[in-house]
Amino acid sequence: MSAFFTARNVVIGALFVFLALLPVYVVTTGQFFPLTLFTRIVILALAATSLNLILGYGGMVSFGHAAYLGLGGYVVGILAREGITSGFVQWPLAIGASALFAFVVGALCLRARGVYFIMITLAFAQMIYYVAVGLDRYGGDDGLTIYRRSQFAGLLDLSGKVQFYYLCLALLVAAIWLVSRLVNSRFGMVIQGSRSNDRRMQAIGFPTFRYRLAGFVIAGMMCGLAGALLANHTDFISPAVMHWTRSGDLIVMIVLGGMGSLFGPLIGTVTLLTLEEGLSRLTEYWQIIVGPLLLFIVIYAHGGIEGALAGLRRG
Amino acid sequence: MADPLLQIRSLTKRFGGVLACDGISLDVPAGELHAIIGPNGAGKSTLIGQLAGEISPDAGRIFFNGRDITRLPTHRRSSLGLARSFQITSLFLDLTVLDNVALAVQAHAGHSFRFWRPARSEAKLRGPGRAALARVGLESRADAVCANLSHGEHRQLEIAMALATAPRLFLLDEPMAGMGADESSRMIALLGKLKREQTILLIEHDMDAVFRLADRITVLVDGRVIASGAPDEIKADAAVRRAYLGSQKANHHG
Repeated sequence: MSAFFTARNVVIGALFVFLALLPVYVVTTGQFFPLTLFTRIVILALAATSLNLILGYGGMVSFGHAAYLGLGGYVVGILAREGITSGFVQWPLAIGASALFAFVVGALCLRARGVYFIMITLAFAQMIYYVAVGLDRYGGDDGLTIYRRSQFAGLLDLSGKVQFYYLCLALLVAAIWLVSRLVNSRFGMVIQGSRSNDRRMQAIGFPTFRYRLAGFVIAGMMCGLAGALLANHTDFISPAVMHWTRSGDLIVMIVLGGMGSLFGPLIGTVTLLTLEEGLSRLTEYWQIIVGPLLLFIVIYAHGGIEGALAGLRRG
Repeated sequence: MADPLLQIRSLTKRFGGVLACDGISLDVPAGELHAIIGPNGAGKSTLIGQLAGEISPDAGRIFFNGRDITRLPTHRRSSLGLARSFQITSLFLDLTVLDNVALAVQAHAGHSFRFWRPARSEAKLRGPGRAALARVGLESRADAVCANLSHGEHRQLEIAMALATAPRLFLLDEPMAGMGADESSRMIALLGKLKREQTILLIEHDMDAVFRLADRITVLVDGRVIASGAPDEIKADAAVRRAYLGSQKANHHG
């Protein structure tokens, strides 16, 4: 009985109750800003969750993960601009384009190790960033306004803020559930074994490259979906979404919340973005406060916030 | 008569100016415990690296079970039944002991593009894993995190992981390295038990262990085979004494 009510479970449970009930508060008070903020948080938590699959569980430090946010967003934006607004076309294409890009990047970078791996993922992300800057027809540097959100033939209306928020939340929950199945499956054991000791994995008979590549592609697809959501949320897409500092933000969210833990990315995203929101009202130098906090967590809590909570006993 | 399980023919490997393996030929028939000894730098590690597929030879051939495996990648050799243990303990330290062996079982249980069923509750993986742990006497430590094991237990786990794959040939790279006298004698007892069920190629510095366990011994010096035969023949071989045992003999008499 008491094993269930650990500090970790209580915090995660409370967080989900909060996320589920937020629209009720918003609708009653008529203040829509928290909903806008938390829609963004939920979408970025989905992106961080996808990165956590390869970074936290697979040990692959992809420093170009925001590229998929941009890729998914640009597929939606460009199709909308060309008059194709059906979500049934846009979203599968956003996911498919991300899968293809992840396959190419993964096939090249997964042969490298350590710093080289990081640099190759970064280089590809920068490349696609500059491609987007050069897309004059689609706004180039200034970005592209999306005048019509993805249409789902009356099944869903994404312009309804509450409905859109719940869709994002449902997709986040589905993604976390998917990751939990993946990492505990045979496939998941292989990528975790490979994180732990890749040489040994090969010696006992695993062709680890193909499994790591599969993980890389799955993570890319999930993040591409997050990109499609983000473009719909902001009604806008620009190269800034995939600037390399955005990839850094995603890594920070994971490290803050807990690498290789199921709910770590969500906890990290909520923490980072609410801190950013709150502190930036006090001072424009909010990063001076967030920086040391991150340092503190990295040094003293190896498993991030999630790990620290799991270490606490219930009073 | 059937071919030997492992045949090595004129295996040669050069690193820059150093001939690490100079035309090594060697047969290991099924059922034998064959030990390779030699002073530091004799080419033992290079040889085992080439057998495992981590180093590719400049010339020569390796046949395993009648099949040329000279150019096969590591994981393919492993799936043919060639298992190795590492000289320096190489385990999955952040996983549990049972996870470690279960991964070894999984490596030989078909492809792992299985995304849905929890692998930690698959009896097909956990059962043989527990059995392998029992064979080396580690079953009581199954749920411990690997990093928390002692050095001796790590070596036992190394062997359990190789056993879990039901190998046809077991490459053991210095299983006694860094062990105390107590742990060593337990390891010798374990290997003595295993050699009745398993073909083993043993590389080891501990002469006591080698002469107690081996059916045949090959002596490497400067990348070349200088003698190969039964333990008694090796003890009596003049070239071996000169090259290898000489200094120890001198100490005994001095």
